[in-house]
Amino acid sequence: MNWISIWAIYKFEMSRTFRTLAQSVVSPVISTVLYFVVFGSAIGSRIESVEGIGYGAFIVPGLIMLTLLQQAVSNASFGIYFPKFIGTIYELLTAPMSFLEIVTGYVGAAATKAVMIALIILVTASFFVELQIAHPVWMVAFLLLTAVSFSLLGFIIGIWARNFEQLQLVPLLMITPLVFLGGAFYSSAMLPPFWAGVTRLNPVLYLISGFRWSFYDIADVPVGISLLAVGVFLSACLGIVWWIFRTGWRIRQ
Amino acid sequence: MSPIVSVENLSKSYASGTVALADVSLDIDTGEILALLGPNGAGKTTLISIICGLVMPTSGRVTVGGHDNITEYRAARGLIGLVPQEISIEVFETVMNSVRFTRGLFGKRPDDAYLEQVLRSLSLWDKRDARNMELSGGMKRRVLIAKALSHSPRVLFLDEPTAGVDVNLRRDMWQLMRRLREDGVTIILTTHYIEEAEEMADRIGVIDKGRLMLVEGKDRLMKQLGRKQLRMELQEPLTAVPESVAGRGLSLADQGRVLVYDYDTQAERTGITRLIADLAQAGISVRDLDSRQSSLEDVFLSLVEDAGS
Repeated sequence: MNWISIWAIYKFEMSRTFRTLAQSVVSPVISTVLYFVVFGSAIGSRIESVEGIGYGAFIVPGLIMLTLLQQAVSNASFGIYFPKFIGTIYELLTAPMSFLEIVTGYVGAAATKAVMIALIILVTASFFVELQIAHPVWMVAFLLLTAVSFSLLGFIIGIWARNFEQLQLVPLLMITPLVFLGGAFYSSAMLPPFWAGVTRLNPVLYLISGFRWSFYDIADVPVGISLLAVGVFLSACLGIVWWIFRTGWRIRQ
Repeated sequence: MSPIVSVENLSKSYASGTVALADVSLDIDTGEILALLGPNGAGKTTLISIICGLVMPTSGRVTVGGHDNITEYRAARGLIGLVPQEISIEVFETVMNSVRFTRGLFGKRPDDAYLEQVLRSLSLWDKRDARNMELSGGMKRRVLIAKALSHSPRVLFLDEPTAGVDVNLRRDMWQLMRRLREDGVTIILTTHYIEEAEEMADRIGVIDKGRLMLVEGKDRLMKQLGRKQLRMELQEPLTAVPESVAGRGLSLADQGRVLVYDYDTQAERTGITRLIADLAQAGISVRDLDSRQSSLEDVFLSLVEDAGS
């Protein structure tokens, strides 16, 4: 592995993050605060508790996942799409780097930023509700695995997108609905049996369930299944990235 | 001396059926400046893009420094710097960071002292902390060159480096190219400007419709071009070149109304004085004189037109 080149991309991407630090950090923090005000206080005051956990605290893992997924996908997709759009991708393609190294640089930076923001939200949440983290190591593991997997997905979207609309389409049409329907704000046990079954088809349910388990030791699905789901998703993304690398799809004529 | 870049039977056709390159073979020697001339869409950029690894060839092979540019792409690409035709640059970054980034991409350890030298040579040092978007077009082009030089390449590709560039910058760039060549850097530039090829190149290649029509040392080419033509319009048309002036490269044109004299401007004597005296003696009176020198442009156009007909 050519670590100097990977570091160059990583540093360059991270400096982009720090250049826009205010908008990178402020907007997720504000939206999280809004979720707490609306769901935690206004609605939550009527729900009281889910499976013995206060509603405000219950939604924290889901909220973090929502932001983590959005940030990972949008950072990575924008990170690789922008050089394509302004033409500077010629440098990446003529550099003595393997595609794996290029992916590592971009995905590493996107995942880092997503995890940073997830942690900021965790801290913000701690001002509103009493948090407990039952399995901190697993919490970090879920955070990292999910960030890397969805950054890979973002990278694929960035390579695939031919314009800015397509770039926005997937996060808007896929990520947000999947997170909302994946039990971010409720336990699937609260749904009628049919819909509880349908939500089992949603991959994000397994992520949120596993992540919530690492906080409160409660889960919609067994944690092993959650881990397996992350593993399958990660492998699928790696497979697609490998295929892009083999064929030069949409990057090399 | 073995060539630093070797192109063997390179072809590229796209799925649409467009043939961008057809069986191009070319050896580029270490330390030379090669100018690739050709009209728009001739295949110059495609050729460069394949050598640099941006475009995959349909068939053929490229080696750079003896390394195959696909199977040993790391070694091959590490030797190459590319200045693209379009000004593609990270608009929000500073000049210095852009140059550091490229150096890093090419796997070289940070060396700000060297980068300072590069930026100074391009009159960019004062602008090192400016954002790229604050720079003028000419300055941006300099940044692209600085980026291409940031990892000390042995082969530098300049794709239309002076297109849309003012006279001063063009002179600066020519000077820079000469300096680089003195350091042993091989330079391949594509250009529309014949003047640029004449000024800079050791050898000139002409590409049209994906085919390499000619590669020739500039001096040899200029020698061919050093020929001049004197056209003498006669008072009375002739049916044949008069005996007394025969054997001097004279010919008749325009149904005998014009006597054409081909001569070498670089020869010690052109023979014009003698010819005119001899013509007067033979009683041939001349109504008008017109002399023409063929330029690289003429040769270029005739090559391109011949291929088209």
